[in-house]
Formats: sequence, C-alpha cells, structure tokens
Amino acid sequence: MNTIIFRTMAPIIVCIMLVYAVYICLRGHNEPGGGFIGGLIAASSIAILGMANGAEATRRALRVDPLSIAGIGVQIAALSGLASLFTGSPFMTSIWLYLELGETIVPLSTPMAFDIGVFLVVFGTISAIALGLEEGEAG
Amino acid sequence: MELGTDASIALVAIAPFAAAVLAPLVHHFSRPFAGWVLALVPAGIVWFLLTMVDPVLATGAISARIGWVPAYGLDLSFYVDGLSLIFALTIAGVGTLVTLYAGAYLKGHAHLGRFFAFLMAFMGAMLGLVLADNMLALFLFWEATSVTSFLLIGFDNSRMAARRGAIQALAITNIGGMALLVGLLLVHQATGVWELSAFGDEIRGSAFYGPVLACFLLAAFTKSAQLPFHFWLPNAMEAPTPVSAFLHSATMVQAGVYLLARVTPWLGGTPVWTGILVSIGGATLLWGALGALRQTDLKQMLAQTTIASLGLSVLLLGLGSSYAISAVVLYFVAHALYKAGLFMVVGAVDHEAGTRDITLLGGLADRMPVTFIGAALAGLAMVGLPLTLGFFAKEEMYLGLLHWQWSDIATLVVLVAGNALLAGIAMLVVVKPFLGPELPTPKAGHEAPVTMLVGPILLGAAGMVAAVMPDWLGQTLLQPGASAILGQPVESHLSLAIHPANPVLWLSLATWALGFLVYQQAATLRTVLRRLEARLGWTADKMFDALMFGLIRFAGAVTRLLHHGRLELYLVTVFAVLAVALIVPVGVLGGYQLLLPNAELGNWSAWLTWPELALYEWGVVLLALVGLLAVLAAPNRLVAIIALGIQGAAVALIFLLFGAPDLAFTQFTVEVLSVVILALVMTRLRLDERDPREWEDLARDGTLALVCGAGISLLLMVVLAGDLDTRLSDFFAATSVPIAHGANVVNVILVDYRGFDTLGEIAVVMGAGMAVMALLRRRKVAS
Repeated sequence: MNTIIFRTMAPIIVCIMLVYAVYICLRGHNEPGGGFIGGLIAASSIAILGMANGAEATRRALRVDPLSIAGIGVQIAALSGLASLFTGSPFMTSIWLYLELGETIVPLSTPMAFDIGVFLVVFGTISAIALGLEEGEAG
Repeated sequence: MELGTDASIALVAIAPFAAAVLAPLVHHFSRPFAGWVLALVPAGIVWFLLTMVDPVLATGAISARIGWVPAYGLDLSFYVDGLSLIFALTIAGVGTLVTLYAGAYLKGHAHLGRFFAFLMAFMGAMLGLVLADNMLALFLFWEATSVTSFLLIGFDNSRMAARRGAIQALAITNIGGMALLVGLLLVHQATGVWELSAFGDEIRGSAFYGPVLACFLLAAFTKSAQLPFHFWLPNAMEAPTPVSAFLHSATMVQAGVYLLARVTPWLGGTPVWTGILVSIGGATLLWGALGALRQTDLKQMLAQTTIASLGLSVLLLGLGSSYAISAVVLYFVAHALYKAGLFMVVGAVDHEAGTRDITLLGGLADRMPVTFIGAALAGLAMVGLPLTLGFFAKEEMYLGLLHWQWSDIATLVVLVAGNALLAGIAMLVVVKPFLGPELPTPKAGHEAPVTMLVGPILLGAAGMVAAVMPDWLGQTLLQPGASAILGQPVESHLSLAIHPANPVLWLSLATWALGFLVYQQAATLRTVLRRLEARLGWTADKMFDALMFGLIRFAGAVTRLLHHGRLELYLVTVFAVLAVALIVPVGVLGGYQLLLPNAELGNWSAWLTWPELALYEWGVVLLALVGLLAVLAAPNRLVAIIALGIQGAAVALIFLLFGAPDLAFTQFTVEVLSVVILALVMTRLRLDERDPREWEDLARDGTLALVCGAGISLLLMVVLAGDLDTRLSDFFAATSVPIAHGANVVNVILVDYRGFDTLGEIAVVMGAGMAVMALLRRRKVAS
C-alpha cells in the first residue's frame, strides 16, 4: 500500500480534505454538513497521512496530541453554552452576532462555536484512535 | 455589615464549610497558630447563637429560609427552637475547644491543614443537621456528617485499622442514611410538605406510620450506635483523639438522638415507639457499660461508655414523660461536656505519658496536676454528684419513674444499674491513672501544653457553673429544649435543695454506692467479663467482616461469570440481547399487527407486492446485494471488510436518493473510517488471514445476524406503518430559520435545539477515545 504514488499524493489529498472539512463544518447550519461530518472527514485525512508517512511523523505534523484536541473541543462546546449565562438566559441559549465587514455580513453565534467544538472532538478522537492503531502496525 | 436573620442563620451552617475550604491555606500561613485562627469560626458561631437565645425564649422558635431550588419550590429552610439551639450551641462550643486542642495534639503533623478542613466541614454538617427544617437539607447534612466523619476517622490513612474503622462507620451509618431518605420521602408523601416544622399529627394515625417509624429508627439506631449496630463506634476510636472527643461527645453519634428528639412530637408516644426505644436503649446501656468494664485501654473504655450513654438517651426518649425528656436535654449537655473533657484528658495522658493502658498508668496527678483537675471535674459530672449537670440529669431520670408499676420498676433497675456502672467507670478513669503509686510510663510525662488543657478545664467548669444556677439552667436550657421535643410547654423545677424524704435522693445514693462497688471490684469484673466474651466466640464486629468479605466474594464470582474474557462470546451475548430487545417488545405490544393484521395472514399477494422503483434505484439495491454476497464469499478477512464497505456505501446512496443528504454524508465518512479502522485493528490482532470458524459457530453467528437484521427492518417498518407524531418535526421545520437562524434542520437540532444532548454525546465520544487509547497503550506495554 505504501507506494510512492500514494506517498506523494497523500499530502495533497490531505490538504484538500482538511480545507473541505472546515468548509463542510462551517456551512453546516444552512446546508448539508456540520461539525460531526467535518470532523469525520478531517479525521479520515489524518488517517491517510498516517498510512502514508507513518504515525510518528503525522503526530509531529499535528503538533498537538489528538486527544488534547478532543478535550479542547469538549471545553469549547461547554463554554459556548455558558456564554448565555451572561445574558441571564438558561444554559445553551444561543446568541447571535452579525459582524459587518464592508459588504459582507458574517454571522457569528454560539451554536457555531458549539459546532466547532463538536468538530474538534470528533476529529481529535478518531485521529487519536487511527494513529494509535497505525503505530501498532509499524511496530 | 448587617445581615438579615435568614442569611445569618444559614451562615451558621455554611461558614464552617467556607472555613474548611480555607483551612489548608490558613494552616499554611499561620502554622503554629492555625488552631487559634480556625477556632474563631466556631467561637463566632457560639457568640451568634447566644444572641439568639433571648429571641428563641421569647417566641419559641425562629424560622429562616433562603431560596434553594426556586424552580421546584424548594427553600433551604432553617428552624431554631430550643432543641436546635441547645444542640448547635453545644456543637459549636465543644467544636471551638476541640479545634484549639487539635492544633496542639497534632502539632507538626504533615497533614494538619487537611485535618482542620475535615473538622470544619464536619462541624458545618452537624450544625446544618440540627438547624435544618427542610427535610432534604436534613438528609444532605446527615449524609455529610457520615462522609466527613469517614474522612476524620480514617485520617491516619496509612494504618489498616483506621481505614477499616472508617469504612465500617461509613457503611453502617449509610444504611441508616438510606433509611432516613426513604423515611423522609414517605413523610413528604403523607403530608405534602418539605418542612419538618410544618406538620403536626398527620403521620401517627396514617398507614404510613409503621414504615416511617421503621425508617427513622433504623437511621437513628445506626447513627447512634444502638444494639445491634453498636460495633462501629469502638472501631471509630482509630481516629486521632480530638476527633473522638468531638464525634463521640456532642456530635456524630448524638445525631441519632437528635433525630429521635426531633420526630418525637409526631412519631413518639405510641406503645411501639416506647417499647422499641426503651428495650433497645436499655439493652444498649447495659451492654455498653459492661463493655467498658472489659477494656483496659482508656479510650476504648470511654467509647463503650458513649454507647451506654446513647442507650440511656434513647431509653429516656422512649419513656417520653416530661421528666424523661427534661433528663434527655440535661443529659445531652452534661454528657457532651464531660465526655469531650475526658477524651481530651485521655489524649493528653497518651500524648505525655505514651500509653493509654489503664493498668500501666498511676500517680500522674503530681506530674500533670491541671490535667488531673480537668479529669476530676469531668469525672464528678459523670458520676453525677451534686453541683454538676450530671446530678440534675440523673435526678430527672428517676423522678419520672416513681409510680411503682412493674414496667417502671424494671426500667428503674436498668437505669440505676447502668448509671452505677458508668459511675464506677468514671471513678476508674479518673482515679487509677492519676492517684495511687506512681508507675513508670513509656514517656516521662509532664504537663500538657496550655491549648490541650483549656478544653477539659473549660468544659468541666462550664458544667459546674451551669449547675450552681438551677433557675437559669431551667429557664434557658431545660424549658425551651424539653418543650421543643414534647411539642408542649414543660415547667422547670430544678433546685439545689436536697430533700431527705425524696426517694430520688436514695436512688442516687444507691447509684453512687453501687458505682463505688464496681470501682472496687473492677479487676475481678473485667476477668469475668473477658472470660464470658471468650466463651461467646463471635461478635457483631466479626459478623460485619464476614458479611463484607462475602459481598466481595460474591461480586468476584459475578464478575468472573460475566467478564470471562472471550471476545466472541461477548459479541454473541450482545447481539443475542439486541435481537431479543428488537423483536420481543414490538411483538408483545402488538406492533406486527400494524404490518400485517391477522385477518390478512393468508393473503400472500397483499404483502408480497413488487416495489416500484426507478432503474437507478434498482441499481443501488443491486450494489448493496453485491456487497453483501461479497462479504459472504470473500476469500479472506480484508476482502470481507472492504466488501462490507461497498454494502454500506450503497445504503448511503439510498439515504442520498431519499432526501437525507446529511445522513448520507455521515454514512459515507463512517463507512470509509470503519473500513480503515477495522483493517488496522485486524493487523494488530494478528488474526489468521482466513476465518477459522467451525460450521456450528457459523450457523450460530449467521442466525443471530439474520435475526438482528430482520428485527431492525421490521422495527423500522412498524415505525413507518404507524401514525407518526409530527408535532416535533413540524415545530423544528417551522422554527428552524426564524428562531435558530439555520436552514439545515438536522444541524440546527444537533447544535441548538438538542445541544445539551450533543454535549453529552461528544463527551462520550471523547471518553471512548480515551478508553481505546488506554487499551492500545496497555497492549504496547504488555508486548
């Protein structure tokens, strides 16, 4: 499986997949997609990179331990729910903020932060499992 | 700053918890004076409670409440009447001195800060318990005393005996805690209110009376170490002495007595109540007193007398006459003062002389004169000589029983015998170590530090001072306390005058004389009792151990049965249960009738219709079938896994075609990842390339697979055949854009409407990931 074609192509595929994953995650509120799917796609890309370059190199490229990414995701999700406490509404009441940047209006919201948290949890957990398994394969 | 009454009463219970949080810090910064600094908290509480005495005397009771869970109409309510006030004052007062004492006793201990934290938290729990009006708060504080006393008893956690004592105390008192919870819920069911002070006589006549009484008695008896739950108390002596001085005088074990006193107005007075309390209390009194004689360890002797004193209190509560109740109030205070003092004295002796064995101690009075004075003050109160609180308590006990009925005489005999034994032990504890010939001790003892002497002296003096002012004592202590327990006014009639014609005086004299006899013959009695114990062979303590080990063995057997370590059997179990869960409930509830009514059973053509699908839809179905067949026909495992992926992709395509793009998306990525991860797992498992299953196994697994698949298909068809309640989906579809600003309803549900569920789910995902990583790492270490 570890052919030169695969090894050469893998980083390019991974780049595209990661960008696509973020895109899918962000557009999820209005069109098919969302944090869960985005996270799965991103995790698949990491699995591919792991197969091509080896788990160790992929870990170094990630810089942060994948499980820590998942932990940060849970925290982002939980904190996004807490934000509503400042407005005096119950836990996880969504807050929307429309940023006007010149021509375009960028909607920011706590559900978006929550979805990013979901993305990071799925991404981190599945990547950690895949890389953990791939390590065993090499050794 | 002026606080409202509500807040300040709540603060009495809350301040110690705050102090507990800060205690390690305080200890860190004020090392040698930590005891002094922290003692300010209970001292402040005592001061505050003293300001409450007059209002309570004037009005009978003060209620206070702060919002707790307003959504459920729950208030954190407190109720200060004579009973609570006496208990709270004693707890905080003894607590102040114990905190001071502990600072000196455990000086230089590595974990003193932690110890103070436990002590403060325990004090807060006790204060909350005696002040609580809301029944749920009462339960919470009750359990908090169990947990914090567990921490205190097991403070010396490097010793096996301390750990065992702590676990035993926790296990026994928690049985009672559960009973209390059930009892409180039953009471709420019967009365509909959460406030203890809010109801009167509804329980006694109702059908709930029996169960409620049983629950409360179990709670009180386990907490207050009544027979047959008495054995945890002596084992709790593994705690450092300041803990014993606190737990076994004014707090922990008295919680049961407090509970019984608190429920007396609406549970007490019935023949069952009187019968159980008097018999159990009397038996505990004699058992504890005789148990104390058996011991040579001073601390163990005191522990056993505590059991006896608790039995005495329970007995008196059972009698329920106004004399008996007055005696309970007086005895509680007297006992708290002298028992805490005696424990502190024993701790000081242990600390300075290096032993607590009564046979090895003698003539310490010369070397430790102040300690001796403390011991003597406490001892006099325990014997019940005039000018002590103990005297009044004893007089009141006897007064109520002078009716010359057989039951009264029997109780009187038990009381006199118990009191005489206790008096004898008091003389033993005070006289033997301090007077007589001086014996060599492991440490050359000298006087204990001041902070260890303040406690016994002040406690002894307080008892004396209260006793020489009988009018004040009756007005401020006896009357409000006894009235609160009985639920009706009680007159005080204490006086210092001694009437020779009063039979009570002669009973007291008889008690002292018998006590002196016990003191004289202590050594002989001890030998006899020990011989009897040896003949008996078993104890409740041993039975507890047997029960615990039996429980552990049982748990081990169950674990071995279920957790056998064979993966394929686990999977078979899981899928078999799944098959049953899928098919049986739907069948029982008549779900299959929806698909195929019995009437049409014979009509084959009705349900074997050819579905009308477009060509490309047939293509997808074909793809799924090809995937399925490929799995079955695969020459090796890798091909089978990939073929399974084909089948999954076909299912995803179906989702896509029938308008669930989100689901399809997810299904695709999940399929890809499952193929990758399954393949990776397979390489790690070092499996054979081919499936080595025998045909019986294949038949079993195949059947299971077919049944599960059929079950899921049928379930889905049943769901679709029935009427779907579309209110929720309509709501989501209608409100997704205007309220939640999102057009993708699926995603909006996930991150907004049902965000809380998702939060839980992602936490589970991460937890599962951590578990997988732990398993992988373990394999790595093992190989």
